[in-house]
Amino acid sequence: MEALDIARWQFGITTVYHFLMVPLTIGLGLVVAVLQTVWLKTKKPEYLRMTKFWGKLFLINFILGVATGLVQEFQFGLAWSEYSRFVGDVFGAPLAMEALLAFFIESTFLGLWIFGWKKLPAKLHLACLWIAVLGSVVSAYFILVANSWMQHPVGVTMVDGRPRMTDAWAVFTNNTALVAFPHTIFGALAVAGGFLLGISWYHLWKRRRLGIDTVDAKKRVVVGESPVVDGKMQYPGRDKTDHKVWIRSLRIGAVVAMIAFAGTAISGDLQGKLMFEQQPMKMAAAEAACQNGTSFSILSIGDVGAKNCNDVAALIEIPGLLSFLAHGDFDTEVKGVNTLLPEYQAKYGTNLPDNPIYGDRAGQPIQYVPVMAVTYWGFRMMIGFGGIAALAAFVAFFIARRGTVPESKWLMRLAVFGILAPFGANSAGWIFTELGRQPFVVAPNPQLSGIDQVFMFTAAAVSPGVSVGELVFSLVAFIVVYAALLVVEVFLLFRYVRGGVASAMPELAAPPPDPDDEADDGDAENQKKDDDDVLAFAY
Amino acid sequence: MDFLPTLWFVVIAVLWTGYLFLEGFDLGVGMLMKLFARDNAERRVLLNTVGPVWDGNEVWLITAIGATFAAFPSWYASLLSALYLPMILVLLGLIFRAVAFEYRGKVDAVRWRGVWDWAILLGSAVSAFGVGAALALTSTGLPLNANGDRIGGAFAWFNGYAVLGGAAVVLFCVVHAAAFLALKTDGTVRERARKLFRRAAPFALLPLLAWGLAVQLSNQKPLGWALLLLGVLAVGFAVIAAARRREGWAFVGCGVFLLSMMATIFLNLFPNVLPSTLSADFSLTVQNASASPYTLGLISIIASFGVPLVLAYQGWTYWVFRKRISSRSLPAH
Ligand code: HDD
Ligand code: HEM
Ligand code: HEM
Repeated sequence: MEALDIARWQFGITTVYHFLMVPLTIGLGLVVAVLQTVWLKTKKPEYLRMTKFWGKLFLINFILGVATGLVQEFQFGLAWSEYSRFVGDVFGAPLAMEALLAFFIESTFLGLWIFGWKKLPAKLHLACLWIAVLGSVVSAYFILVANSWMQHPVGVTMVDGRPRMTDAWAVFTNNTALVAFPHTIFGALAVAGGFLLGISWYHLWKRRRLGIDTVDAKKRVVVGESPVVDGKMQYPGRDKTDHKVWIRSLRIGAVVAMIAFAGTAISGDLQGKLMFEQQPMKMAAAEAACQNGTSFSILSIGDVGAKNCNDVAALIEIPGLLSFLAHGDFDTEVKGVNTLLPEYQAKYGTNLPDNPIYGDRAGQPIQYVPVMAVTYWGFRMMIGFGGIAALAAFVAFFIARRGTVPESKWLMRLAVFGILAPFGANSAGWIFTELGRQPFVVAPNPQLSGIDQVFMFTAAAVSPGVSVGELVFSLVAFIVVYAALLVVEVFLLFRYVRGGVASAMPELAAPPPDPDDEADDGDAENQKKDDDDVLAFAY
Repeated sequence: MDFLPTLWFVVIAVLWTGYLFLEGFDLGVGMLMKLFARDNAERRVLLNTVGPVWDGNEVWLITAIGATFAAFPSWYASLLSALYLPMILVLLGLIFRAVAFEYRGKVDAVRWRGVWDWAILLGSAVSAFGVGAALALTSTGLPLNANGDRIGGAFAWFNGYAVLGGAAVVLFCVVHAAAFLALKTDGTVRERARKLFRRAAPFALLPLLAWGLAVQLSNQKPLGWALLLLGVLAVGFAVIAAARRREGWAFVGCGVFLLSMMATIFLNLFPNVLPSTLSADFSLTVQNASASPYTLGLISIIASFGVPLVLAYQGWTYWVFRKRISSRSLPAH
């Protein structure tokens, strides 16, 4: 393999991995912040428990987001130095702002939240969480501004062969970023919704399996409690409040998942329209369309990945939908690859320039058509997984309407397994977006005359000085470390999920709690007592 | 004139110094996890002294790197790609450390904790060494060609300065952490930390002094001598303060030492940002590596309110968690 291929694999693997943690951080963070707010308002113990339980899972995941994000900040310089030199004048600014305006906030206020339980005044403590969570939303905005500039460069002129920022407003209000932002946030909420739903289902099922909850003749739930043996709960934490924790979490999760899908669909529709104008080749590749057309295919036969896309035949088509996605009506023709290819070749050349920067690839023909198998199926997997998750959420909400879930083990497994679907949709979305942009790392902006020469081929972007050996070493090291950490994270998540609320609140495993005590938690009086040790020990 | 690039050179120097000052003690605490801390309770005390703040401290590094990208894209590109392997090791070290902090207490088992303790120790040591090596090589130069790319293969950067800088930062972190622990804990940990500081500071800080001196000798900026002298005095002051049980002043003295060394180093680097050892013509300088005035102006505006804000709330965090802790105040796990 050449340096370019290894560098691309490395970037792809590390970012996709980072983006497994990211949506859960953003989505679950928002949910936990809302839960704690409700708890503070109502003082109902189930909301405290929900805050603690989901908060614990949030933190286990958050830390891997931090650890993998670090790599991202360095990657552009490490393996993509030519890219960094080329785009630096525009691209570095949002990255620096993300660090200064978002990461500091996230990390500092999350530390205050973790260590500040009962030590900070309750409202201030809650405010810390909100600030941290909003910090992560802001970070998403900045990084999407950077990414969107690669999809759709704006606000620059070319000076000495490199883009120079002339209009920061244009860069930060790039319409590509403005639609990618809600799309990504809704995508993150879809992940959180599925996560809440699957895990809550498991616990409701567990309560039924243990014989704690039963159903009456009308299939309505009869909530029970864990038997107490020698003053200890046999199933730690399984009291009546516990049931409320899970049924509410399940409903919240289902509703969030459904709303999130609607949100991604609406914003995704806007993205499709921009993509049609800004990156027509990506649109054609998303459809695996050779000829111009108006229909959206749901299934195609033939070798979608073949070089010659004339082999592809659509099996099921929805007439007019493609036009609608691209343009908002039902009969505008969307250009296919066969029409676009000559246009691209005329504008950006047929062969890579004879420049040493391209290494062995100098002078070779440019592959303007992205790998269609990836774009075609990536696009469908994104929508498909998201849609399946939303549908499942609807069904789950319905099944659980009488307060519990069936005893079926298979349904439970399905619900837990379903947690993966929104993750899959997110990864598919990114892989589609990033690979659909190829062969460009900075795609040309065909709309603005004058700056359509702002583009860069991926082949020109790698670090010329870095050897294949170094890249192989780092790629292997990242794969090994990431795989190991994923195992640990999943192990920990499983452990804490199995343990239920008691794993995040060990006090629940002790003698049955007095409900009054719990409601008092965080009260002003308690604080006075604790004031001389100003640190909640989290480690 | 070149006001904005110079300003951003200073900002980046400040970010690196802030990073070493803040993360310095949490890296050092990480390195003290095994030999210094004697049992699980002490290890937990150590961890909890930095618990609420280490992530915020690490963002100084992220911001230093991000600001370098924004203000001096060529510096960012050349530095990281030239130092590819050491930077990868820094990243792996930081990954392990971050994860270990969070996961160590999540399973109550001796082996589990043992593994993560090592991850914290090694992760801290490796990343401190790598950061030190990278900064030392920034100050003394790398074999860069006209395009700013390293030539000579994967290890072309390796030389005595890399080792000196790496050792300097590792040892500084340990000493700094001792001062920090003496200030933040109570009981036996506090006593031992103070003793460690007093005994180690005069020797363990020598490599950092040597690095400062080496850079000073080859560039001879007049102010540098004064800064070096200030650093030496600060260490003397810190050791005396520690002997008199004034831990706060000892910590301040240690910090002033770092400050004066970093000031010496960056002062002597200016106006270069990354010298080339092959030819002075290839050196990256404040002028030829910087972003456009427009971009620099933009990030200056952002930084002018962003930086004070960060300082304010990070300062507040330290104030909130200002109390000393000891193994007596630990709750059962
Ligand atoms: C849409 C959202 C999004 C996207 C596309 C990315 N990230 Fe990210 N990143 C986040 C959203 C996020 C976050 C939600 O803010 C994280 C995840 C977990 C966390 O701790 O914060 C984060 C963490 C995180 C951190 C650690 C921050 C800390 O220590 O607190 C860094 C340095 C980066 N990211 C950098 C990047 C870079 C350079 C990316 C581009 C390749 C990138 N991220 C893609
Ligand atoms: C976090 C979500 C992201 C995911 C999952 C993702 C995914 C990918 C993938 C799969 C590739 C490899 C493409 C290939 O093999 O050609 C890639 C490449 C790349 N992406 Fe992204 N990306 C993400 C975010 C970003 C962001 C936010 C940026 C910029 C700020 C970015 C910049 C790049 C660059 C520079 C490359 C390398 C060039 C290339 O191979 O195309 N990506 N990304
Ligand atoms: C009907 C539903 C959807 C439509 C029409 C849609 C449309 C799109 C389009 C057109 C893009 C590419 C933007 C570009 O490259 O310019 C995209 C990207 C993406 N999609 Fe979707 N999408 C839908 C559902 C989802 C769902 C359910 C998720 C996740 C749960 C998701 C996650 C993503 C992500 C992470 C990206 C890459 C980042 C970005 O460009 O925003 N999408 N989507």
